[in-house]
Amino acid sequence: MKITLKVWRQKSKEAKGEFKTYQLDHVSQDMSFLEMFDVLNNDLVKKGEDPVAFDHDCREGICGMCSMYINGRPHGPLQTTTCQLHMRSFKDGQTITVEPWRAKAFPIIKDLVVDRSSFDRIQQAGGYISVNTGGVPDANEIAIPKKDADAAFDAAACIQCGACVAACKNSSAMLFVSAKISQYALLPQGQPERKTRAENMVAQMDAEGFGACSNTLACEAECPKGISVTNIARMNREYYVSKLSSDNV
Amino acid sequence: MNWFSNLLSSTLGRKLVMALTGLFLILFLAVHLAGNLQLLKNDEGQAFNIYAHFMTSNPLIKVISYVNYAFILLHIVWAIILTRRNRAARGPQGYAVSNNTSHWSSRNMGILGTFIALFLIIHLRGFWYEMHWGGIATANYDGVDYKNLYAVVDAAYSQWWYVTIYVVSMILLAFHLYHGFGSAFQTLGLNHVKYNPVIKFVGVAFAIIVPALFALIPIVMFLD
Ligand code: HEM
Ligand code: FES
Repeated sequence: MKITLKVWRQKSKEAKGEFKTYQLDHVSQDMSFLEMFDVLNNDLVKKGEDPVAFDHDCREGICGMCSMYINGRPHGPLQTTTCQLHMRSFKDGQTITVEPWRAKAFPIIKDLVVDRSSFDRIQQAGGYISVNTGGVPDANEIAIPKKDADAAFDAAACIQCGACVAACKNSSAMLFVSAKISQYALLPQGQPERKTRAENMVAQMDAEGFGACSNTLACEAECPKGISVTNIARMNREYYVSKLSSDNV
Repeated sequence: MNWFSNLLSSTLGRKLVMALTGLFLILFLAVHLAGNLQLLKNDEGQAFNIYAHFMTSNPLIKVISYVNYAFILLHIVWAIILTRRNRAARGPQGYAVSNNTSHWSSRNMGILGTFIALFLIIHLRGFWYEMHWGGIATANYDGVDYKNLYAVVDAAYSQWWYVTIYVVSMILLAFHLYHGFGSAFQTLGLNHVKYNPVIKFVGVAFAIIVPALFALIPIVMFLD
Protein backbone atom coordinates (compact mmCIF):
# COMPACT_ATOMS: atom_id res chain seq x y z
CA MET A 1 0.00 0.00 0.00
CA LYS A 2 0.95 3.65 -0.50
CA ILE A 3 0.76 6.19 2.28
CA THR A 4 1.66 9.83 2.88
CA LEU A 5 3.28 10.50 6.25
CA LYS A 6 3.31 13.91 7.88
CA VAL A 7 5.83 13.66 10.70
CA TRP A 8 6.86 16.22 13.32
CA ARG A 9 10.60 16.84 12.99
CA GLN A 10 12.46 18.74 15.68
CA LYS A 11 16.26 18.69 16.04
CA SER A 12 16.46 19.31 19.79
CA LYS A 13 14.49 20.47 22.79
CA GLU A 14 15.09 24.14 21.97
CA ALA A 15 14.85 23.92 18.18
CA LYS A 16 11.70 24.96 16.38
CA GLY A 17 9.92 21.95 14.95
CA GLU A 18 7.89 21.51 11.78
CA PHE A 19 5.99 18.88 9.83
CA LYS A 20 7.84 17.04 7.04
CA THR A 21 5.94 15.05 4.46
CA TYR A 22 7.16 11.66 3.21
CA GLN A 23 5.70 9.36 0.54
CA LEU A 24 5.98 5.63 1.15
CA ASP A 25 4.95 3.28 -1.66
CA HIS A 26 6.11 -0.12 -0.45
CA VAL A 27 4.25 -0.53 2.82
CA SER A 28 2.71 -3.91 3.66
CA GLN A 29 -0.58 -4.21 5.52
CA ASP A 30 1.07 -6.71 7.87
CA MET A 31 3.73 -4.26 9.06
CA SER A 32 3.36 -2.82 12.51
CA PHE A 33 3.33 0.96 12.67
CA LEU A 34 6.87 0.95 14.04
CA GLU A 35 8.09 -1.35 11.24
CA MET A 36 6.65 1.15 8.79
CA PHE A 37 8.83 3.78 10.49
CA ASP A 38 11.83 1.42 10.19
CA VAL A 39 11.18 1.31 6.44
CA LEU A 40 10.96 5.09 6.29
CA ASN A 41 14.19 5.46 8.28
CA ASN A 42 15.98 2.98 6.00
CA ASP A 43 14.99 5.12 3.02
CA LEU A 44 16.14 8.28 4.81
CA VAL A 45 19.52 6.79 5.77
CA LYS A 46 20.06 5.62 2.16
CA LYS A 47 19.39 9.17 0.99
CA GLY A 48 21.83 10.50 3.60
CA GLU A 49 19.08 12.19 5.62
CA ASP A 50 18.60 12.16 9.38
CA PRO A 51 16.27 9.28 10.39
CA VAL A 52 13.16 10.08 12.45
CA ALA A 53 13.87 9.60 16.15
CA PHE A 54 11.12 7.64 17.93
CA ASP A 55 10.95 5.73 21.22
CA HIS A 56 10.42 1.98 21.33
CA ASP A 57 11.74 -0.97 23.27
CA CYS A 58 9.74 -4.18 23.72
CA ARG A 59 7.58 -3.92 20.61
CA GLU A 60 5.11 -6.22 22.33
CA GLY A 61 2.89 -3.76 24.16
CA ILE A 62 4.34 -3.93 27.66
CA CYS A 63 7.07 -1.32 28.05
CA GLY A 64 5.03 1.77 27.21
CA MET A 65 7.83 3.49 25.29
CA CYS A 66 6.26 3.85 21.83
CA SER A 67 4.65 7.25 22.25
CA MET A 68 3.16 8.62 19.02
CA TYR A 69 0.11 10.81 18.49
CA ILE A 70 -1.31 9.36 15.27
CA ASN A 71 -4.11 11.09 13.33
CA GLY A 72 -5.29 12.96 16.39
CA ARG A 73 -5.22 10.08 18.87
CA PRO A 74 -2.57 8.65 21.19
CA HIS A 75 -1.27 5.40 19.65
CA GLY A 76 -3.59 5.87 16.67
CA PRO A 77 -7.09 4.59 15.83
CA LEU A 78 -7.05 1.49 18.08
CA GLN A 79 -6.97 1.41 21.87
CA THR A 80 -3.51 -0.19 21.95
CA THR A 81 0.17 0.73 21.89
CA THR A 82 1.81 1.99 18.69
CA CYS A 83 3.91 -1.18 18.41
CA GLN A 84 0.72 -3.27 18.42
CA LEU A 85 -0.92 -1.13 15.73
CA HIS A 86 -0.71 -2.49 12.20
CA MET A 87 -0.89 -0.82 8.81
CA ARG A 88 -4.11 -2.73 8.03
CA SER A 89 -5.80 -0.18 10.30
CA PHE A 90 -5.16 2.41 7.58
CA LYS A 91 -6.43 2.81 4.04
CA ASP A 92 -4.32 2.68 0.90
CA GLY A 93 -3.39 6.22 -0.08
CA GLN A 94 -4.21 7.65 3.35
CA THR A 95 -2.37 10.62 4.85
CA ILE A 96 -1.18 9.87 8.39
CA THR A 97 -0.12 12.68 10.72
CA VAL A 98 2.29 11.69 13.48
CA GLU A 99 3.07 14.03 16.37
CA PRO A 100 4.91 13.69 19.68
CA TRP A 101 3.04 13.75 23.02
CA ARG A 102 2.31 17.42 23.79
CA ALA A 103 2.61 18.47 27.43
CA LYS A 104 4.69 20.95 29.35
CA ALA A 105 5.81 18.13 31.64
CA PHE A 106 6.89 15.98 28.64
CA PRO A 107 9.46 18.17 26.84
CA ILE A 108 10.48 16.99 23.37
CA ILE A 109 14.02 15.60 23.16
CA LYS A 110 14.06 15.00 19.42
CA ASP A 111 11.40 14.46 16.73
CA LEU A 112 8.84 12.09 18.31
CA VAL A 113 10.86 11.35 21.46
CA VAL A 114 9.67 13.06 24.63
CA ASP A 115 11.22 13.11 28.11
CA ARG A 116 8.84 11.26 30.44
CA SER A 117 11.11 11.32 33.49
CA SER A 118 8.44 13.40 35.25
CA PHE A 119 6.52 10.09 35.59
CA ASP A 120 9.58 8.48 37.19
CA ARG A 121 9.85 11.32 39.73
CA ILE A 122 6.16 10.94 40.63
CA GLN A 123 6.72 7.20 41.07
CA GLN A 124 9.76 7.87 43.26
CA ALA A 125 7.72 10.23 45.43
CA GLY A 126 5.57 7.37 46.76
CA GLY A 127 5.03 4.51 44.32
CA TYR A 128 6.71 1.88 46.49
CA ILE A 129 6.16 -0.21 49.64
CA SER A 130 8.48 -1.00 52.53
CA VAL A 131 9.30 -4.70 52.84
CA ASN A 132 11.32 -6.36 55.61
CA THR A 133 14.19 -8.52 54.45
CA GLY A 134 14.45 -12.08 55.74
CA GLY A 135 13.03 -15.40 54.77
CA VAL A 136 10.57 -15.65 51.90
CA PRO A 137 7.01 -15.43 53.35
CA ASP A 138 4.43 -17.97 52.31
CA ALA A 139 2.66 -16.79 49.15
CA ASN A 140 -0.84 -16.95 50.66
CA GLU A 141 0.00 -15.87 54.19
CA ILE A 142 -1.99 -12.64 53.94
CA ALA A 143 -5.59 -13.17 52.90
CA ILE A 144 -6.69 -10.65 50.24
CA PRO A 145 -10.26 -10.60 48.90
CA LYS A 146 -10.28 -11.67 45.26
CA LYS A 147 -12.11 -8.48 44.25
CA ASP A 148 -9.43 -6.27 45.82
CA ALA A 149 -6.63 -8.32 44.30
CA ASP A 150 -8.28 -8.02 40.86
CA ALA A 151 -8.82 -4.26 41.18
CA ALA A 152 -5.22 -3.76 42.34
CA PHE A 153 -3.98 -5.90 39.48
CA ASP A 154 -6.05 -3.95 36.95
CA ALA A 155 -4.54 -0.70 38.26
CA ALA A 156 -1.04 -2.21 38.21
CA ALA A 157 -1.45 -2.96 34.50
CA CYS A 158 -0.49 0.70 33.83
CA ILE A 159 2.69 0.80 31.73
CA GLN A 160 3.36 4.54 32.22
CA CYS A 161 3.09 5.15 28.48
CA GLY A 162 1.66 8.65 28.95
CA ALA A 163 -1.31 8.21 26.58
CA CYS A 164 -3.59 9.60 29.31
CA VAL A 165 -1.58 12.82 29.41
CA ALA A 166 -1.46 12.98 25.61
CA ALA A 167 -5.23 12.50 25.32
CA CYS A 168 -6.14 15.05 28.00
CA LYS A 169 -6.93 18.65 27.10
CA ASN A 170 -5.32 19.62 30.44
CA SER A 171 -2.31 17.29 30.03
CA SER A 172 -3.42 15.77 33.30
CA ALA A 173 -1.54 12.75 34.64
CA MET A 174 -4.35 11.71 36.97
CA LEU A 175 -5.11 8.35 35.34
CA PHE A 176 -1.46 7.29 35.74
CA VAL A 177 -1.05 8.66 39.27
CA SER A 178 -4.41 7.28 40.41
CA ALA A 179 -3.54 3.83 39.05
CA LYS A 180 -0.31 3.82 41.05
CA ILE A 181 -1.98 5.09 44.23
CA SER A 182 -4.86 2.59 43.85
CA GLN A 183 -2.59 -0.35 43.20
CA TYR A 184 -1.08 0.02 46.70
CA ALA A 185 -4.09 1.44 48.56
CA LEU A 186 -6.08 -1.71 47.75
CA LEU A 187 -3.53 -4.14 49.18
CA PRO A 188 -2.47 -4.78 52.81
CA GLN A 189 1.19 -4.31 51.83
CA GLY A 190 0.44 -0.72 50.78
CA GLN A 191 -1.04 0.39 54.10
CA PRO A 192 2.02 1.67 56.04
CA GLU A 193 2.75 4.45 53.52
CA ARG A 194 -0.83 4.85 52.32
CA LYS A 195 -1.54 8.46 53.36
CA THR A 196 1.94 9.84 52.81
CA ARG A 197 1.99 8.18 49.40
CA ALA A 198 -1.21 9.87 48.25
CA GLU A 199 -0.04 13.28 49.47
CA ASN A 200 3.48 13.03 48.05
CA MET A 201 2.59 11.60 44.65
CA VAL A 202 -0.08 14.27 44.08
CA ALA A 203 2.33 17.00 45.23
CA GLN A 204 4.99 15.74 42.80
CA MET A 205 2.42 15.51 39.98
CA ASP A 206 1.52 19.17 40.59
CA ALA A 207 5.18 20.22 40.83
CA GLU A 208 5.88 18.65 37.43
CA GLY A 209 3.24 20.92 35.89
CA PHE A 210 0.53 18.44 34.90
CA GLY A 211 -3.01 19.84 34.76
CA ALA A 212 -6.12 19.10 36.82
CA CYS A 213 -8.83 16.61 35.88
CA SER A 214 -11.93 17.93 34.10
CA ASN A 215 -13.47 14.44 34.04
CA THR A 216 -13.71 14.45 30.24
CA LEU A 217 -12.83 10.70 30.34
CA ALA A 218 -10.62 11.11 27.25
CA CYS A 219 -7.81 9.28 29.10
CA GLU A 220 -9.85 6.16 29.81
CA ALA A 221 -10.92 5.98 26.16
CA GLU A 222 -7.28 5.94 25.01
CA CYS A 223 -5.51 3.90 27.70
CA PRO A 224 -3.97 0.82 26.02
CA LYS A 225 -4.31 -1.08 29.30
CA GLY A 226 -7.95 -0.12 29.92
CA ILE A 227 -7.28 1.63 33.25
CA SER A 228 -10.61 2.94 34.58
CA VAL A 229 -11.37 6.44 35.87
CA THR A 230 -12.81 4.83 39.01
CA ASN A 231 -9.14 4.92 40.03
CA ILE A 232 -9.23 8.74 39.78
CA ALA A 233 -12.24 8.85 42.11
CA ARG A 234 -10.35 6.58 44.50
CA MET A 235 -7.28 8.82 44.32
CA ASN A 236 -9.44 11.86 45.11
CA ARG A 237 -10.83 10.07 48.18
CA GLU A 238 -7.37 8.91 49.23
CA TYR A 239 -5.95 12.40 48.86
CA TYR A 240 -8.71 14.31 50.66
CA VAL A 241 -8.84 11.81 53.54
CA SER A 242 -5.05 11.77 53.81
CA LYS A 243 -4.79 15.55 53.81
CA LEU A 244 -7.45 15.82 56.52
CA SER A 245 -6.28 12.96 58.73
CA SER A 246 -2.55 12.29 58.31
CA ASP A 247 0.10 13.64 60.74
CA ASN A 248 1.89 15.46 57.92
CA VAL A 249 1.34 19.09 58.87
CA MET B 1 -2.05 25.35 58.51
CA ASN B 2 0.56 24.61 55.88
CA TRP B 3 -1.21 21.37 55.01
CA PHE B 4 -4.46 23.21 54.53
CA SER B 5 -3.13 25.79 52.07
CA ASN B 6 -1.32 22.90 50.38
CA LEU B 7 -4.62 21.11 49.98
CA LEU B 8 -6.40 24.16 48.59
CA SER B 9 -3.65 25.05 46.11
CA SER B 10 -3.23 21.49 44.80
CA THR B 11 -4.94 20.49 41.55
CA LEU B 12 -7.18 18.12 43.52
CA GLY B 13 -7.99 20.76 46.12
CA ARG B 14 -8.92 23.29 43.46
CA LYS B 15 -11.28 20.80 41.91
CA LEU B 16 -12.73 20.09 45.34
CA VAL B 17 -13.67 23.77 45.63
CA MET B 18 -15.19 23.70 42.12
CA ALA B 19 -17.26 20.61 42.94
CA LEU B 20 -18.52 21.83 46.33
CA THR B 21 -19.42 25.31 45.09
CA GLY B 22 -20.92 23.81 41.92
CA LEU B 23 -23.16 21.44 43.89
CA PHE B 24 -24.26 24.28 46.14
CA LEU B 25 -25.16 26.33 43.07
CA ILE B 26 -27.15 23.36 41.77
CA LEU B 27 -29.13 23.31 45.00
CA PHE B 28 -29.63 27.06 44.68
CA LEU B 29 -30.94 26.63 41.13
CA ALA B 30 -33.60 24.20 42.37
CA VAL B 31 -34.81 26.60 45.09
CA HIS B 32 -34.66 29.57 42.72
CA LEU B 33 -36.76 27.70 40.16
CA ALA B 34 -39.41 26.78 42.74
CA GLY B 35 -39.75 30.49 43.56
CA ASN B 36 -39.80 31.63 39.94
CA LEU B 37 -42.56 29.22 38.95
CA GLN B 38 -44.91 31.41 40.98
CA LEU B 39 -44.56 33.98 38.17
CA LEU B 40 -46.83 31.70 36.13
CA LYS B 41 -49.65 31.84 38.70
CA ASN B 42 -52.71 33.71 37.47
CA ASP B 43 -52.74 36.27 40.32
CA GLU B 44 -51.12 39.41 38.83
CA GLY B 45 -47.93 38.51 40.66
CA GLN B 46 -49.24 38.52 44.22
CA ALA B 47 -47.68 35.20 45.31
CA PHE B 48 -44.41 36.06 43.59
CA ASN B 49 -44.16 39.52 45.17
CA ILE B 50 -44.85 38.20 48.68
CA TYR B 51 -42.25 35.49 48.08
CA ALA B 52 -39.70 38.04 46.79
CA HIS B 53 -40.30 40.18 49.86
CA PHE B 54 -39.74 37.17 52.12
CA MET B 55 -36.52 36.24 50.30
CA THR B 56 -35.05 39.74 50.75
CA SER B 57 -36.12 40.33 54.35
CA ASN B 58 -35.88 37.04 56.25
CA PRO B 59 -32.60 37.08 58.28
CA LEU B 60 -31.85 33.37 57.74
CA ILE B 61 -32.37 33.68 53.98
CA LYS B 62 -30.09 36.77 54.11
CA VAL B 63 -27.24 34.70 55.56
CA ILE B 64 -27.78 31.95 52.97
CA SER B 65 -27.83 34.54 50.19
CA TYR B 66 -24.42 35.92 51.28
CA VAL B 67 -23.03 32.36 51.22
CA ASN B 68 -24.53 32.05 47.77
CA TYR B 69 -22.84 35.26 46.49
CA ALA B 70 -19.53 34.09 47.96
CA PHE B 71 -19.86 30.66 46.34
CA ILE B 72 -20.65 32.09 42.91
CA LEU B 73 -17.59 34.31 43.14
CA LEU B 74 -15.45 31.42 44.44
CA HIS B 75 -16.67 29.17 41.61
CA ILE B 76 -15.82 31.83 39.02
CA VAL B 77 -12.42 32.82 40.45
CA TRP B 78 -11.41 29.16 40.91
CA ALA B 79 -12.63 28.42 37.38
CA ILE B 80 -10.29 31.08 36.01
CA ILE B 81 -7.30 29.86 38.07
CA LEU B 82 -7.96 26.23 37.16
CA THR B 83 -8.57 26.81 33.47
CA ARG B 84 -5.41 28.93 33.15
CA ARG B 85 -3.33 26.26 34.87
CA ASN B 86 -4.81 23.54 32.70
CA ARG B 87 -4.07 25.58 29.60
CA ALA B 88 -0.45 26.11 30.71
CA ALA B 89 0.00 22.36 31.33
CA ARG B 90 -0.69 21.74 27.66
CA GLY B 91 2.36 23.74 26.61
CA PRO B 92 2.60 26.31 23.81
CA GLN B 93 2.40 23.86 20.89
CA GLY B 94 -0.95 22.15 20.40
CA TYR B 95 -1.76 19.14 18.23
CA ALA B 96 -2.21 19.71 14.51
CA VAL B 97 -4.84 16.96 14.32
CA SER B 98 -7.13 16.08 17.19
CA ASN B 99 -9.85 13.43 17.29
CA ASN B 100 -11.08 13.75 20.82
CA THR B 101 -13.69 11.20 21.85
CA SER B 102 -14.91 13.09 24.94
CA HIS B 103 -18.18 14.99 25.25
CA TRP B 104 -18.11 18.57 23.93
CA SER B 105 -19.39 20.23 27.10
CA SER B 106 -16.79 18.46 29.25
CA ARG B 107 -14.08 20.18 27.21
CA ASN B 108 -15.73 23.59 27.17
CA MET B 109 -16.86 24.21 30.75
CA GLY B 110 -14.85 27.45 30.84
CA ILE B 111 -16.52 28.88 27.73
CA LEU B 112 -19.98 27.77 28.90
CA GLY B 113 -19.27 29.25 32.34
CA THR B 114 -18.13 32.57 30.84
CA PHE B 115 -21.45 32.95 29.01
CA ILE B 116 -23.33 32.00 32.18
CA ALA B 117 -21.34 34.69 34.06
CA LEU B 118 -22.29 37.27 31.39
CA PHE B 119 -25.91 36.23 31.72
CA LEU B 120 -25.64 36.56 35.51
CA ILE B 121 -24.53 40.19 35.16
CA ILE B 122 -27.54 41.04 32.97
CA HIS B 123 -29.84 39.03 35.19
CA LEU B 124 -28.66 40.55 38.49
CA ARG B 125 -28.68 44.08 37.07
CA GLY B 126 -32.20 43.65 35.76
CA PHE B 127 -33.94 42.13 38.79
CA TRP B 128 -31.72 41.68 41.83
CA TYR B 129 -30.33 45.24 41.72
CA GLU B 130 -33.78 46.70 41.04
CA MET B 131 -35.30 44.76 43.93
CA HIS B 132 -32.61 45.93 46.39
CA TRP B 133 -31.82 49.46 45.28
CA GLY B 134 -34.06 50.39 42.36
CA GLY B 135 -37.14 52.58 42.64
CA ILE B 136 -39.84 49.95 42.25
CA ALA B 137 -43.56 50.74 42.37
CA THR B 138 -45.47 48.99 45.13
CA ALA B 139 -48.53 46.78 45.15
CA ASN B 140 -50.90 46.54 48.11
CA TYR B 141 -52.11 43.14 49.34
CA ASP B 142 -54.37 43.05 52.45
CA GLY B 143 -53.25 46.53 53.53
CA VAL B 144 -49.51 45.81 53.27
CA ASP B 145 -47.24 47.40 50.61
CA TYR B 146 -44.98 45.05 48.65
CA LYS B 147 -42.41 45.97 45.98
CA ASN B 148 -43.96 44.97 42.68
CA LEU B 149 -41.03 42.97 41.27
CA TYR B 150 -43.53 41.09 39.13
CA ALA B 151 -44.19 44.24 37.10
CA VAL B 152 -40.43 44.65 36.47
CA VAL B 153 -40.14 41.03 35.32
CA ASP B 154 -43.27 41.33 33.20
CA ALA B 155 -41.92 44.44 31.46
CA ALA B 156 -38.56 42.78 30.78
CA TYR B 157 -40.18 39.64 29.36
CA SER B 158 -42.32 41.61 26.95
CA GLN B 159 -39.19 42.33 24.88
CA TRP B 160 -38.30 39.54 22.44
CA TRP B 161 -34.53 40.08 22.66
CA TYR B 162 -34.60 39.82 26.44
CA VAL B 163 -36.48 36.54 26.20
CA THR B 164 -34.01 35.32 23.57
CA ILE B 165 -31.02 36.03 25.84
CA TYR B 166 -32.75 34.09 28.60
CA VAL B 167 -33.58 31.07 26.52
CA VAL B 168 -30.09 30.85 24.95
CA SER B 169 -28.47 31.24 28.37
CA MET B 170 -30.57 28.41 29.76
CA ILE B 171 -29.44 26.16 26.91
CA LEU B 172 -25.82 26.95 27.77
CA LEU B 173 -26.56 26.28 31.45
CA ALA B 174 -28.04 22.92 30.46
CA PHE B 175 -24.77 21.92 28.81
CA HIS B 176 -22.77 23.15 31.84
CA LEU B 177 -24.95 21.05 34.11
CA TYR B 178 -25.00 18.04 31.77
CA HIS B 179 -21.29 17.59 32.43
CA GLY B 180 -21.01 19.38 35.78
CA PHE B 181 -23.55 17.40 37.79
CA GLY B 182 -21.94 13.99 37.39
CA SER B 183 -18.44 15.44 37.24
CA ALA B 184 -18.79 16.96 40.72
CA PHE B 185 -19.53 13.54 42.22
CA GLN B 186 -16.51 12.00 40.51
CA THR B 187 -14.37 14.89 41.80
CA LEU B 188 -15.59 14.23 45.34
CA GLY B 189 -14.58 10.59 44.87
CA LEU B 190 -18.20 9.44 44.93
CA ASN B 191 -17.94 6.78 42.27
CA HIS B 192 -19.75 3.56 43.09
CA VAL B 193 -21.27 0.81 40.94
CA LYS B 194 -24.57 1.07 42.79
CA TYR B 195 -24.97 4.83 42.65
CA ASN B 196 -23.29 5.75 39.34
CA PRO B 197 -26.44 5.04 37.29
CA VAL B 198 -28.53 7.05 39.77
CA ILE B 199 -26.16 10.04 39.62
CA LYS B 200 -26.09 9.83 35.83
CA PHE B 201 -29.89 9.68 35.55
CA VAL B 202 -30.59 12.45 38.07
CA GLY B 203 -27.84 14.60 36.51
CA VAL B 204 -29.19 14.33 32.97
CA ALA B 205 -32.77 14.85 34.16
CA PHE B 206 -31.76 17.92 36.20
CA ALA B 207 -29.72 19.35 33.31
CA ILE B 208 -32.71 19.11 30.98
CA ILE B 209 -35.72 19.82 33.21
CA VAL B 210 -34.45 22.72 35.34
CA PRO B 211 -33.12 24.97 32.52
CA ALA B 212 -36.20 24.06 30.44
CA LEU B 213 -38.58 25.25 33.17
CA PHE B 214 -36.47 28.38 33.75
CA ALA B 215 -36.71 29.14 30.01
CA LEU B 216 -40.42 28.37 29.92
CA ILE B 217 -41.26 31.28 32.27
CA PRO B 218 -40.11 34.15 29.99
CA ILE B 219 -41.56 32.38 26.94
CA VAL B 220 -45.01 32.02 28.54
CA MET B 221 -44.97 35.60 29.88
CA PHE B 222 -43.90 36.94 26.48
CA LEU B 223 -46.72 35.10 24.71
CA ASP B 224 -49.29 36.24 27.28
C1 HEM C 1 -25.62 28.50 38.33
C2 HEM C 1 -24.47 28.48 37.84
C3 HEM C 1 -23.47 27.33 37.86
C4 HEM C 1 -23.60 26.04 38.30
C5 HEM C 1 -24.81 25.37 38.91
C6 HEM C 1 -22.32 25.39 38.08
C7 HEM C 1 -22.04 24.09 38.39
C8 HEM C 1 -20.84 23.45 38.15
C9 HEM C 1 -20.53 22.11 38.52
C10 HEM C 1 -21.41 21.16 39.30
C11 HEM C 1 -19.28 21.84 38.06
C12 HEM C 1 -18.53 20.51 38.16
C13 HEM C 1 -17.39 20.55 39.14
C14 HEM C 1 -16.48 19.37 38.96
O1 HEM C 1 -16.13 19.01 37.84
O2 HEM C 1 -16.09 18.79 39.96
C15 HEM C 1 -18.81 22.99 37.38
C16 HEM C 1 -17.59 23.10 36.74
C17 HEM C 1 -17.11 24.26 36.17
N1 HEM C 1 -17.71 25.51 36.18
FE1 HEM C 1 -19.59 25.90 36.85
N2 HEM C 1 -21.46 26.30 37.50
C18 HEM C 1 -22.13 27.50 37.37
C19 HEM C 1 -21.61 28.67 36.89
C20 HEM C 1 -20.33 28.84 36.41
C21 HEM C 1 -19.77 30.09 36.02
C22 HEM C 1 -20.46 31.44 36.08
C23 HEM C 1 -18.51 29.84 35.60
C24 HEM C 1 -17.62 30.96 35.14
C25 HEM C 1 -16.56 31.05 34.61
C26 HEM C 1 -18.26 28.40 35.71
C27 HEM C 1 -17.12 27.73 35.33
C28 HEM C 1 -16.89 26.39 35.52
C29 HEM C 1 -15.72 25.67 35.03
C30 HEM C 1 -14.57 26.25 34.23
C31 HEM C 1 -15.87 24.34 35.45
C32 HEM C 1 -14.97 23.16 35.12
C33 HEM C 1 -13.71 23.08 35.86
C34 HEM C 1 -12.90 21.95 35.31
O3 HEM C 1 -12.29 22.09 34.25
O4 HEM C 1 -12.84 20.90 35.94
N3 HEM C 1 -19.39 27.83 36.21
N4 HEM C 1 -19.77 23.99 37.46
S1 FES D 1 7.46 -0.60 22.27
FE1 FES D 1 7.00 -1.40 24.25
S2 FES D 1 4.90 -0.94 24.41
FE2 FES D 1 5.30 -0.36 22.38
